Amino acid sequence: MPKKINHNISSDISMTYTFSKMKLTVVAALGVTIGIAIYIFLNSMMAGFARMSDTLIFRNIAHIRVYKDDDISRPLIASENSNKKVNALVNPKIVPESQTIVNPTLLMDLLRKEKDVTMVTSQVATGIFYHKGESQIAGNTIGVNIEEADKMFDIQTTMVAGKMLDLKSTPNGILLGVGVADKLSVKVGDNISISSPKNVTKVMKVVGLFRTANSQIDKVKSFMNISAAQQILLQNPSYVTDLDVNIVDYKNAVNYSARFSALTGYKAEAWQTANETFVAASKMRSIILTSISFTVLIVAGFGIYNILSMTISQKMNDIAILKAMGFKGNDVTRIFVQQALMIGAIGVTVGLLLALLMVNILSHTYVGGDIGYFPIQFEPFVFFQGAMVGLIVTFFAGLIPARKAANVDPVSILRK
Amino acid sequence: MSNEIILEAKKIGKYFYEPEKFRVLDDISFEVKRGEFVSLVGKSGCGKSTLLYVLSTMDTDYEGDLRIHNQSVTGMKQNQLAGIRNEKIGFVFQFHYLLPEFSCLKNVMIPALKLGNFSKEEIEHRALERLKMLGLADQALKPASKLSGGQQQRVAIARALINDPLIIMGDEPTGNLDSKNTDIVFDIFKQLSHEMHQTIIAVTHDNDFAKRSDRIIEMQDGKIVSGH
Repeated sequence: MPKKINHNISSDISMTYTFSKMKLTVVAALGVTIGIAIYIFLNSMMAGFARMSDTLIFRNIAHIRVYKDDDISRPLIASENSNKKVNALVNPKIVPESQTIVNPTLLMDLLRKEKDVTMVTSQVATGIFYHKGESQIAGNTIGVNIEEADKMFDIQTTMVAGKMLDLKSTPNGILLGVGVADKLSVKVGDNISISSPKNVTKVMKVVGLFRTANSQIDKVKSFMNISAAQQILLQNPSYVTDLDVNIVDYKNAVNYSARFSALTGYKAEAWQTANETFVAASKMRSIILTSISFTVLIVAGFGIYNILSMTISQKMNDIAILKAMGFKGNDVTRIFVQQALMIGAIGVTVGLLLALLMVNILSHTYVGGDIGYFPIQFEPFVFFQGAMVGLIVTFFAGLIPARKAANVDPVSILRK
Repeated sequence: MSNEIILEAKKIGKYFYEPEKFRVLDDISFEVKRGEFVSLVGKSGCGKSTLLYVLSTMDTDYEGDLRIHNQSVTGMKQNQLAGIRNEKIGFVFQFHYLLPEFSCLKNVMIPALKLGNFSKEEIEHRALERLKMLGLADQALKPASKLSGGQQQRVAIARALINDPLIIMGDEPTGNLDSKNTDIVFDIFKQLSHEMHQTIIAVTHDNDFAKRSDRIIEMQDGKIVSGH
């Protein structure tokens, strides 16, 4: 038996079919091009938008916040012995305890040693009143070490007046949100007085103003030195209300919170838990965009399916004679699947270029606010995923009619 | 003609189920020897085409046993049968069934490229030889759709010959041709069977064609009535 040479005749026939009917090929490929381009474009938009809104949210909160939760006395204590149905009823109320985290330095060291932890800072958060003349505003302030806080919340980029680092050299300095400053009509260099829940009043010097993405926050928030915050709460220098922890992958924060709770003995809350509405909103957004982009791709897939089904019904004679001459079912399947994949490959290639163009145009579109230009960029993974999904859709769009072609009974066509 | 048996049918039976159950082939048994030129004749509906498609291995829904080149092909898988058709059987139909997008040469080459016994250059050379033999050397590079009906039928014959098949099966191979082209095709078949010792089995309505062949098998109502 001589050795068989594989001449790839199926692939040869497939190529001829694809390129002899250029018009059909172009129409089908165009469907894929548009499908792929829109799929990638929507997904890039989604990725850019998600990245931007995450950046914005992490200007106000850390990935995980460790704090002392209020303990509520247990309202109902079941009897130890379940046979005796005698329960003790207790008046429920918050156990009056300090908000402080005991021995914060030790806990911070512990947390810093944990795997994947990138940064740990401490802060003192409290509600205060701002006064200036007759005006009085309720708000809240955060006592921080400004350099650490800047690393975590990127305060520097939100500064609109004054110098953030002046806070360090001014023990009674305060950084005000622009909303607070507007209401009190103060500017950098002015003095204001504040009063704490412990009824301590203190005169502070405005060293800077900041504007975040959220004007509601700007109307209440301020930063001061952690020592000043401890002072107005009549606490000693070890008093800390919150430990802020950043980790490598913020999307996994929920997985760490339980471990950190156990480690520190305090409540560790992941940012997702603290911002459920925000998380749900981004989930909804991604579901909407994903379903739109998939629909577009599926429509493109149907385009290929239709055109291939049409080609196959026109090629019934060819299929019959090829099978008579000894082509196996798989050879016939290959001819048409390869045709689909070639159409798909042409469509995907042009689609990638079109998507690149669309992303480029949008990234130069000014949308205003502190966002500036639309937050979209070339996302290699999204492009790769788009190309793969496009080829998979075209593969199946080709496989279904090709399988039908493979099952054609040649006798029924050749016998006329 | 040698005494080597190329094709052997043993008690072949077949039913049609539409519109009602009907025995279209009734215990057909015969042998065909190497180099024989056999015509299958009979009235419309006598089962001669049905028998040819059973012999071609394309129709596998039958009873009895079919042996090609001393090998039973009854019960073989579709893929094995495709391999046997590719290597041992050439087909010529009433319609040429050339692939219109390809040149004549390429059309002739396709079954050989599928079989893969030779390199591409050798296959091209062999295809040209066959086109020359059929007087079509100058048409080789034209698209198959640009030829006349008689020329297309001759290209189809060249395609059937490319793998030197043991058997050439024809279903009304001259049905669409005028008398001049019919004579050409008949002479080619005669030459193939007598000089190249290839077996030819052709279903035909053309009595002249049948009379000039080596052997006539006449069928009636699913049975062979003469020419066993």
